[in-house]
Parts: sequence; C-alpha cells; structure tokens
Amino acid sequence: MNTDWSVIATFMPQLLNGAKMTLFITLVGLSGGMVVGAIAGLMRTYGNWLLNYTAMVYIEVIRGTPIVVQVMFLYFALPVLASIRIDPLTAAMIAIIVNAGAYIAEIVRGSLQSISRGLAEAGLALGLPRWKVLVHIVGPLAFRRLIPPLGNQFIISLKDTSLFIVIGVSELTRTGQEIMAANFRAVEIWSAIAVMYLIMTGSLTLMLRFIERRMKIL
Amino acid sequence: MSIIEFKNVSKHFGELKVLDEVDLNIDKGEVVVLIGPSGSGKSTLLRCINGLEMITGGDLLVDEISVLAGYAKLREIRQEAGMVFQQFNLFPQLTALDNVAFGPKHVRGQSTREARTQALALLDKVGLKDRADHFPSELSGGQQQRVAIARALAVKPKVMLFDEPTSALDPELKQEVLNVMRNLAEEGMTMVVVTHEMSFARHVGSRLIFMENGKIAVDGHPQEILSGDSNPRLKDFLRHVH
Repeated sequence: MNTDWSVIATFMPQLLNGAKMTLFITLVGLSGGMVVGAIAGLMRTYGNWLLNYTAMVYIEVIRGTPIVVQVMFLYFALPVLASIRIDPLTAAMIAIIVNAGAYIAEIVRGSLQSISRGLAEAGLALGLPRWKVLVHIVGPLAFRRLIPPLGNQFIISLKDTSLFIVIGVSELTRTGQEIMAANFRAVEIWSAIAVMYLIMTGSLTLMLRFIERRMKIL
Repeated sequence: MSIIEFKNVSKHFGELKVLDEVDLNIDKGEVVVLIGPSGSGKSTLLRCINGLEMITGGDLLVDEISVLAGYAKLREIRQEAGMVFQQFNLFPQLTALDNVAFGPKHVRGQSTREARTQALALLDKVGLKDRADHFPSELSGGQQQRVAIARALAVKPKVMLFDEPTSALDPELKQEVLNVMRNLAEEGMTMVVVTHEMSFARHVGSRLIFMENGKIAVDGHPQEILSGDSNPRLKDFLRHVH
C-alpha cells in the first residue's frame, strides 16, 4: 500500500477550517437547542394540556424523522413551500437547534421528573410559590442529573453535523470529501478527519466530566 | 376560636371517596392525634389542611382563610401551617442550617444573615446546633427529622402538621423526635399529628381521633378513649398496633 502521510500536513489549513465550521455549527446549534429544549421540556412537565400537547407533537415529529430529511426539508422544501430561502449554513444551524432541542426536551423532562415529589411538596408546604420551588429546589437538583445525558446529546449533535454534507456546508466531512476528490488519498485524509472528530468529542467529554466533578450529584 | 374548621369536607380521588363529609373544629393549643387503619383518610385529611390535596366538597378554613380562596391565599395558609413529612424531605443540596433558613429567606424575605441567625437558634432548640454545617446525607434519620421540624418552625406557623413523623425511623431514633414534639406541645403549639405512637397519643395528645372509611369514627380525650371500651373497631385496631 502506497501511503503518503505528508498530504495531511499539506491540507491541514483546509481541514482546520472545516473543523472550525463543524465547531461553529455545533456551538450555535447546541446553545439554541438547550434553550428550545428547556422550554419544551418545561412545557411537557408543567404545562397545561395545550402546552404539553404542543411540545409533545414537536418532540415526536423531530425524533421520528432523520436529521438528514429535516435539513433537506429546511433547505429544499421550505423555499417551495413558503418562499423562505436560507443559506446552507443557516439551514444546518437551525437543523441542529430543532433536532437537539427535541432530545434535550426529553432529557429536561426526565431530570425534572426524577426529583422526588416530596421535595417539591416540602417547598410548597413552606408557602413558596411554584416558580420558586422550581428555581430553588427542583431546578438545581435536576440540573445535576441533566449533565450525563446532556453530554451524550452534545457528542451526537457534533457528529450529526457531518450529515450536512448533503446540503454542501463546508464542515469537516465535506472538506475531507473535496480534498479526496482531488487527490484520492482516502486512507490519510479519512484517518486525519476521524482523529479530528475524536479530539473534538474528547474535549467535550473532558469538559463535561470537569463540570460533573465540581458538582456533587445528589 | 377554632383555628382549623372542616365544614362538610369531602375529598375524591376519581371515583374513590377518601374523605366523606367530615366536620371537625380544632382549637388553638390543641394537640390532635389522628389514628386509623391505612386508607382511612388520615393523611389526606392532614394534607387538605395546607392544600397539598385540594378538597372536592365542602369548605375548610385555616385561621379563617378558606383553602378554596385562591392560590395567593393558599400560600398564606401554608405559612400558617408548617408540615413535617414521613420521609423528612430535607433539601439535599443544602446544609442543615440552610434548610432551616430556607423558608424565612424565600417566603418571608429575610436576609440570609438574619435567617441563619434564627435558624441556628432553632437548631439549638431541637438539639442539633453542632450539626448546623452537615448535609442531610450526613445525618441520621432522627436528626434529619428534627431538622425538618426546625425548618417548618422557621416560618413561624400557628399550627404544625405531622404526617407519620416517626414511621420511617428505627425504634431507638423515634424517641428523640417524639421528645422534640412533646416540647413543642408543652409550649402550647397547636398540633395535628398522624401517628401510630400510642404512648405519644396517650401522654401528649389532648384529643384523639379515630378515622375509618373517610369518616371520623371516634373523637375524644385520649385517656378516656384508650382506657374505656368505646368502639369495637377501635379496640380491634389498637390490638393490631400494639
């Protein structure tokens, strides 16, 4: 087998740009996804039937369809349907926000519901309003239980950005394919890309482990 | 002057009738002990007083405020009626001191310093001043329950509700909790206590209520009820408790 590992060095600037794009989409997508997920999760847990049902439909539709289909819909179907035209990068970020949001909503609901009812009752019995029970008692306890499953979702969403190759966002995987098309160095380039994803997911894992260690899980 | 008034109160869970048109007046300073077989409605009766369960029929007044008068009024009632739970329910992320300071800080709007000073005095009262900086997980069950009593007292309630406060405790730990409750009763606190501790009922209670099928079956002075041969089903129940 004829390999030439020096091509990695040659194409490193391009690969790094791809990795930057991957990180950017992930960062924006997860930040938005956490906001959407927190809101949808609270709606599912504490909302009246209308809020609860709305959040449930959103979650089931998103969880029940592949993310590739979702981003294709955003990028190709939306312009036809509603004359809304968005660039590939925006479509990619929205796809992660909407997709991660649905999964995070269920993580939030699970964490909130795992906190013993008695603790909320103890807060209510002291005369606290419901929102204070959530902010001062149930929320902080649920947050600790949120971190492990949230870490899972972070890693999944980061890797999901590679699927946006289908709409031509120049993230890491797409960059790799473009380089490949020019020089056919499959072993070198895909090895380098795999390692770069590992470094990114590994850093995420370490970061979350650090946060977790600083907080006692109760 | 009654501080708690049940007026024809019913409580349904779906089809199930847990409280059946209960009439009951509790006066200031009374120590009312509620006993009865499981499912007789005693815990539900207690939890209706502070609106953790909403009544489905009749009316219930606490310090002349109806539990049906809306959420803001219900919160006033909850500040007048402290509750102690079977499972303690201390906030695990807070120390004993901060558990006790929690209510005054978040309900009465006291400063952290003020609330902590008062909390320390209350912990002293339940004999746990030296455990102030311990987390609930570092305390025994009996200690946790004493902290829970201090936490409820911190909001300065007029009535204390106890929902089987010693049922989750080992026999040797029950006594320290019962002693704190006895002291509270001697200070004149109005108390409603669901318990199976018959010696507490006999010696600390000023009134004993035996519940059955969501109704008050026997209501009277503990010594008289427990010594006389009043109700055959009560006698049967007492045989099983001992």
